[in-house]
Amino acid sequence: MLRKQFPAMLGMMLISNAPFANAGGDPVRGEALYESRCIACHSIDANRGGPAHKGVYGRKAGSVSDYSYSDALRMSKIVWDEQTLDRWLTNPEQSIPGQRMGYSVPEVADRADLIAYLRLRSGK
Amino acid sequence: MTTSENSMVPSRRSFLGNTAKITLSATAIALLAGKESLAQISSKSMSQDVNILNVALGLEHEAINAYQLGAQSGLLQKAVLDVAVKFQGDHKAHRDALIATIQKLGGTPVAEKKLDDYAMALKADMLKSQADVLDLAARLELGATNAYLGVIPSFKDTGLAKVAARLAADETMHWTILNNALGRPLPAKALSFGA
Ligand code: HEC
Repeated sequence: MLRKQFPAMLGMMLISNAPFANAGGDPVRGEALYESRCIACHSIDANRGGPAHKGVYGRKAGSVSDYSYSDALRMSKIVWDEQTLDRWLTNPEQSIPGQRMGYSVPEVADRADLIAYLRLRSGK
Repeated sequence: MTTSENSMVPSRRSFLGNTAKITLSATAIALLAGKESLAQISSKSMSQDVNILNVALGLEHEAINAYQLGAQSGLLQKAVLDVAVKFQGDHKAHRDALIATIQKLGGTPVAEKKLDDYAMALKADMLKSQADVLDLAARLELGATNAYLGVIPSFKDTGLAKVAARLAADETMHWTILNNALGRPLPAKALSFGA
């Protein structure tokens, strides 16, 4: 099962990416948060209700080719990094008006951990 | 799979206000959002609400298909299969209610994808045992609970916020049963959902 593989995969990635891991957030805690809060709509590998997150850190917003984004996200010029992801997760509608995520993460520490996890899974 | 007359579906009945049949286009709309409040919100905030409802509808489509994959996997014992079919019925009722509401608000409901697409996205080929199926269902139900709780503050119409809360309650009930069937402990702490 996916869930059972996750920690193992993450462990491998942690080792291989250790020197580049983000100093700010904790990606292990970020993975647990991702599993409970994002998993309804997102996976790393597959488009679900929301777009796949593989490689999201460092790419242009709204650029997964086979996912049907809102015009707002597709047309936005944002590139996902620490700041833009933090702003997005704090308040998606304020960050990119007209988007349709409708889900936010109020705690700054939670956002930092989630971003660290997304960054790790993007190999950045 | 219509289970509306099945005695195992009390929650669906009460969701519909004890109307025996699924007359959603009328019943659900009346239940789902008070007309007065709808009249008072601007079209911009209405379209934001429709967007959120449509993402929720996508969750329900996925849940229906996940249970379908589980049900036809041949991995479930009869008693478990019955519960899976009942839960799938709940998700169909959620879907129908969301579609009716989105249409009422002038939106276009997102279409269901093909079963194969869901199978791929959910890695259904990894399901090798009843426990695997229950684990997937439990993950999705917990995710849905947290997603519904999480979108509540985004609704401009508080009637719709209440709908999201009621959907979350159903998903929590599903998760609890699945978690129990998997022999897992209850959450250690209070307030474990939606955080
Ligand atoms: C209720 C469903 C839902 C939940 C829960 C959710 N998202 Fe999303 N997310 C979406 C949708 C839908 C989009 C696409 C929005 C659009 O097209 O305007 C999206 C888009 C995104 C994007 C932009 C991706 C890209 O390709 O540009 C990021 C980043 C993101 N979500 C992160 C998260 C994280 C992290 C979480 C968990 C804390 C989360 N989301 C929880 C539905 C959700």
